[in-house]
Amino acid sequence: MRVLMFGWEFPPHNSGGLGTACFGLTRALSNRNIDVLFVLPKKVGVAASFMNILFADERKVKFLEIETTLKPYVTSEGYVRERDKVVSDIYGNTLMQEVRRYALRAHELAKKESFDIIHAHDWLSFLAGVEAKKVSGKPLILHMHATEFDRTGGQGVNQDVYEIERASMHYADGIIAVSNFTKQKIVEHYGIPAEKIIVVHNGIEECDYVNIPDKLSELKHSGQKIVLFAGRITIQKGPEYFIRAAKRVLEMNPNVLFLVAGSGDMERQMILEAASLGISDRVVFVGFLRGDDLNAVYRAADLFVMPSVSEPFGITPLESIIAGTPVLISKQSGVSEVLVHALKTDFWDTEDMANKILGVVSHRSLWETLRGNSREEVKQVNWDVASKKCIDYYEKILCACGIPSETRHI
Amino acid sequence: MASICFYFQVHQPFRVKDYRVFDIGRDSEYFNDDSDRSINNKKILNKVANKCYLPANAVLLELLNKYPEFKISFSFSGVFLEQLEMFSPETLESFQKLVATGRAEVLEETYYHSLSFLYSPEEFRRQVKMHRDKVQELFGVTPTVFRNTELIYNNALAVEVEKLGYKGIIAEGADHVLGWQSPNFLYKPKGTEHLKLLLKNYRLSDDIAFRFSSRDWADFPLTAPKFAQWANQVNGNGQIINLFMDYETFGEHQWEDTGIFNFLRHLPEEIYKHPDNDFITPSEAIERYEPVAELDVHNFMSWADVERDLSAWLSNPMQHDAIKTVYALEEEVLSTCDNKLIDDWRKLQTSDHFYYMCTKWFNDGDVHKYFNPYNTPYEAFIAYMNALQDLRLRVIGHPSYAKKIKVKELS
Repeated sequence: MRVLMFGWEFPPHNSGGLGTACFGLTRALSNRNIDVLFVLPKKVGVAASFMNILFADERKVKFLEIETTLKPYVTSEGYVRERDKVVSDIYGNTLMQEVRRYALRAHELAKKESFDIIHAHDWLSFLAGVEAKKVSGKPLILHMHATEFDRTGGQGVNQDVYEIERASMHYADGIIAVSNFTKQKIVEHYGIPAEKIIVVHNGIEECDYVNIPDKLSELKHSGQKIVLFAGRITIQKGPEYFIRAAKRVLEMNPNVLFLVAGSGDMERQMILEAASLGISDRVVFVGFLRGDDLNAVYRAADLFVMPSVSEPFGITPLESIIAGTPVLISKQSGVSEVLVHALKTDFWDTEDMANKILGVVSHRSLWETLRGNSREEVKQVNWDVASKKCIDYYEKILCACGIPSETRHI
Repeated sequence: MASICFYFQVHQPFRVKDYRVFDIGRDSEYFNDDSDRSINNKKILNKVANKCYLPANAVLLELLNKYPEFKISFSFSGVFLEQLEMFSPETLESFQKLVATGRAEVLEETYYHSLSFLYSPEEFRRQVKMHRDKVQELFGVTPTVFRNTELIYNNALAVEVEKLGYKGIIAEGADHVLGWQSPNFLYKPKGTEHLKLLLKNYRLSDDIAFRFSSRDWADFPLTAPKFAQWANQVNGNGQIINLFMDYETFGEHQWEDTGIFNFLRHLPEEIYKHPDNDFITPSEAIERYEPVAELDVHNFMSWADVERDLSAWLSNPMQHDAIKTVYALEEEVLSTCDNKLIDDWRKLQTSDHFYYMCTKWFNDGDVHKYFNPYNTPYEAFIAYMNALQDLRLRVIGHPSYAKKIKVKELS
């Protein structure tokens, strides 16, 4: 079977979890003998050749580039800011124009290539997927990693984005949601029947996280406990709840250090919030980290907290667990569906959050039990399982579309 | 001759409420949750009373009245009896009626359904004494047979129990201990002189307690005639069939619509169809039968999980930490002579608290999760340790504690 996949740039050049997920899934699909034509949005001058070395058998995965300034998580304003920096005049003047231009290029590309099914990741590539289906007549599967309601925390939903998501999902042949949490949102907010959606939880591979450097050990030696927030500092991730819980923790135990790793539109507001609560010396903003630096911070921490207001999946807790640090996650997350051995809280319940943070920093035995059990558990959450579900779903959709197996590529 | 020996464990712990770190030093009521959650002790007790205790007691009373030779036995934890007095006096009364027939024997155990034998033999003896007094007070009888919390047992316990004056003791008939030997005889615990050991026939017991309503089971549905036939097979190669189980089997674990009450109602008549069968109590069995061999149980065993060991209460670091912390307070707590404080400390010794912290089977969604009123074992641990921290503060803040420190400093 050959899949035309509209995805996003892989690590280490990605930002956020979408590129990581695309990489994990594509690698696992190729290991299961699926051919992937991976369409990559690229800025001029950046080559895709490095991507090939990521795969054992590069014949299974072929990269096709489309020049664009699109990247995951971009907002309309962010796009225009970025757009102004580029001299070339091929790109659209607004985000919506560029999404449509990208779709037209996808149309041309799909006309030339041959494949059995189309798989597109997140709304920026949905119109591209729709065009590819129109020109090829092949079934289209949309993969929802986040809805507009997650990204905005439900406040100030962009109507154009919502409309693209809604219309594309109705047009598509099948939808993959990264969690039941997300599936529920799609049913409620987009009017999609539940039978049209399957849930495929993301995975993580331990082998991608070996040799984590032991930095920041001087912080540990000073005897203080470290509680970590890592993610974009934006409304969706609930940073303000983390700061409020920190305040409550510090009232009981002043020997705890709170690290905030990440950047985002609420960064300044959070720094001010910490200052007004009088805990600036105990809350350290370390900026955006990736790769080894991020892993080292995971490892240095005693507890990782993900207080997301709305998290379709949330891969960071799994990364933290692999680095050896147990997690406290909001119940409003997809990842809480695959983790039993985690502390869980409602994102708004900062009293409960503080209670659980203090539990971990006060009792080594709790930390140890959580750590041991979660490391075992996370082995079951891998991309091989996810890719198997995707392949079965491809088969189901092809069958439902009346496409017999003899006609498939390979 | 095959004698059926029914023994029902009846126990409810005082579950710790969602006690948060911010409550420490401000709230010393650990067990008074009044929400809709399953940590609301009053709510649970009343629910189980209606589903199990009252209807099951009614069936048993009916059977005791109908069959003059029908007999049963119970082990009530002290904390259970205390909750009956507080929340459901009518249920207590219905148990008293059963015991008043003279054919429902009451067994001894630790008042707090605790693991005290493992951590403090002195505390163990005190809790046995408290239980004895409570049973005497409520039922007017004095037990002569002992059973330890969750059938936790080894040679050392048997020796201790004999010293306390009991004639018999009850344990699990675990395969790893019995080997080729049968649970359908009495044994002599290694190291004791006259004590007799009764072992649970776990296959026949679990047929009722666990498999009764299981449709995956080849022998489903279990009927009274079928069960009586299995019991008859023991005739000739055994003397006693020990059917030990949670009383909550009737109506709570196996719901009424599974037919469990009808099964119980018809079992005696089917058992009596074989002229050699009868029902006996543990103390009668001890009178009637002699041990066939000595049984050497060096390591602790129990009736929990497939392992039949202590791992349900003591397998992960949280459980060990929690139990060590509670017993480390023993001397200081007792020295306060503050009854409320000592009682709270003892209620925190109940084995269920440690069971709720078990992570062994947690991801299999099996019995541990079913019996866990907390969302996760981690939340159970946090609430427990917070409550214990408050208790510590109460000890340190107690007038007699300050006096004791002064005496220490002077000497």
